[in-house]
Amino acid sequence: MLELEKISKIYKTGTFGGKKLLAVNNVSFDVEDGEVISLIGESGSGKSTIGKMILGLISISSGMIRLNGVDIATLKGDALKDYYRNVQGVFQDPFSSYNPIFKADRIFRIIREEFFPKINNREWDKKIDSSLRAVGLNPDEVLNKYPHQLSGGQLQRFLIARALLLDVQFLVADEIISMLDASTRIDVLNLLAELKSRGLSILFITHDLSLGYYISERAVILYRGCIVEIGPTEQIYYHPLHPYTRLLIASVPRLDKKWEEVEVKLKAKYSELPTGCVYYERCPFADKDKDCAKRPTLIEAESGHFVACSHYMEVNERV
Amino acid sequence: MALQVEKLKVYYQTLKGDVKALDGATFTVEDGEIMGLAGESGCGKSTLGNSLILLKAPMRFVGGRVKLDSEELPIQEMKKMNNFRFKKISIIPQYAMTAMNPIQKIGKMISELLRSRKIDFKSTLPELKRRLDLVELSHDVLNMYPIELSGGMKQRMVMVLSTLLNPSLLIADEITSALDVSTQKAVAKMLVEFRDREFVKSMIVITHDISILYQIADSIMVMYAGKLAEKASTEVIINSPRHPYTKLLISSLPDIGIKYSQKKLTGIPGKPPLLLDPPTGCRFRKRCPVAFEKCLNEEPPFIEIEKDHFIACWKESEKNA
Repeated sequence: MLELEKISKIYKTGTFGGKKLLAVNNVSFDVEDGEVISLIGESGSGKSTIGKMILGLISISSGMIRLNGVDIATLKGDALKDYYRNVQGVFQDPFSSYNPIFKADRIFRIIREEFFPKINNREWDKKIDSSLRAVGLNPDEVLNKYPHQLSGGQLQRFLIARALLLDVQFLVADEIISMLDASTRIDVLNLLAELKSRGLSILFITHDLSLGYYISERAVILYRGCIVEIGPTEQIYYHPLHPYTRLLIASVPRLDKKWEEVEVKLKAKYSELPTGCVYYERCPFADKDKDCAKRPTLIEAESGHFVACSHYMEVNERV
Repeated sequence: MALQVEKLKVYYQTLKGDVKALDGATFTVEDGEIMGLAGESGCGKSTLGNSLILLKAPMRFVGGRVKLDSEELPIQEMKKMNNFRFKKISIIPQYAMTAMNPIQKIGKMISELLRSRKIDFKSTLPELKRRLDLVELSHDVLNMYPIELSGGMKQRMVMVLSTLLNPSLLIADEITSALDVSTQKAVAKMLVEFRDREFVKSMIVITHDISILYQIADSIMVMYAGKLAEKASTEVIINSPRHPYTKLLISSLPDIGIKYSQKKLTGIPGKPPLLLDPPTGCRFRKRCPVAFEKCLNEEPPFIEIEKDHFIACWKESEKNA
């Protein structure tokens, strides 16, 4: 349904934009209908940048994003508006997504003005009613309130309800539960899973692996803008191939198991290999004599499970 | 016993009245104990941490006593506490990223800080460098501005700084929340190492992430709506909690290996009461699956039902009796 083909993003940094930062590097993957994909990576890995490019909030430096075969960069005017009927985003901080001076349901009014100018009041109220109920909110309790009168979980569900008004097919969920409490977090997560069963595709951007595992079928692991591993969630979690994925999985705090004595290297090795493997600096298996100086491409190790490490077999033997 | 807190009450003053954010907390932290403090946002866990070191307006001291190493802590007196801050009791604040002065080099900032506590910087420098080595920071950071450090580096720098004078008690407030899993692990392990090396005698680690506490804490205390709900050793809290709130909280955590399609987790329905005018009786009763009449009118006391296992619940204490 949504395809990303070799997309890259270069940010200009420095005082006069003289320096360049490659935030996303040649990333390709696709999302099927009704599929949840989690995009996992640490801060600065480019995961939010990918989300923003899909939403058209920032331009794509190179590569192409296609929705149902249509390149989204070429969309203009009405076609672009149609795109936003299908694709919407919800972001990390529900508190700053609202204007505190106005009532929270103002976000619905804007949708109505832009997308449904002809609808009458009764129908519109019915639509809001059903979409609020779909996200598990009681309309009588939450309408006509100011943002500070609602909890974080309620505000976040409000934003999802707003996206649902538009019959979206694709939702970019950028760290939407990391600011919520454990008790409300799971409700929002269950909501996403339920929407998925109704055919919605979701790009679930997170740095929390256990949340990603809970709802997604496939996972993409990003490191410094590159995909290092992509595959079915079970295989990524129980049979990680890339040394970075292994480190991530071993670092997740769990309730059933104490941390193993895997030492996390804090000090990065000095990188002399700008063209080599992105993980070279931190990789415990990297060696200059091996061909880590060449950037590895994604290799299909098992069916549907790709890894960007030339030595994954060796790594697995040594662990 | 390193820290003894008795019936501590700290309210927030607002125009509408007092918000009872911390309403009578009684607990102890032993020497060498890392106590985790968990709960939802707004349950008073940061209020408890902050009130032990910097009790400033709009916080208001209402009652209670705090003893550190059998010495009374004058927490309600701003000036007198200066003898204890940094030396005996220290904090790593929630946003360590912004805890350092952005326009001063880190070394300069530390030397000024030490001078304000009448401690010689030069004689402390070798120890400071030793500890920088321990957290794998290069000595050059002393000549850098905070902006030149990454988030994890700043966090480690603040950790070294807060514990430089070997305080008896360290309060770590949500220090791992803003970090990536791999950095999170390193920082959490460092806390344990600081305790093992006796840089700090005991610690209160405040976080909403119980799975981190399971990795590092000796005991966990759970708070709900300004009250203590349960305190016990980490194993007991995670594997056999008694308070209904703790049970629900633990069961709502997604863990690796749990998938929506196989096992659907549930959250805790409802939301915490407003603390401006908290309900009578047990504050959790509206969301509690086992509440009965007694919970409506009488407030459950925080009592020891087994050795080192404290709980505030009528149902459970009746079962025990």
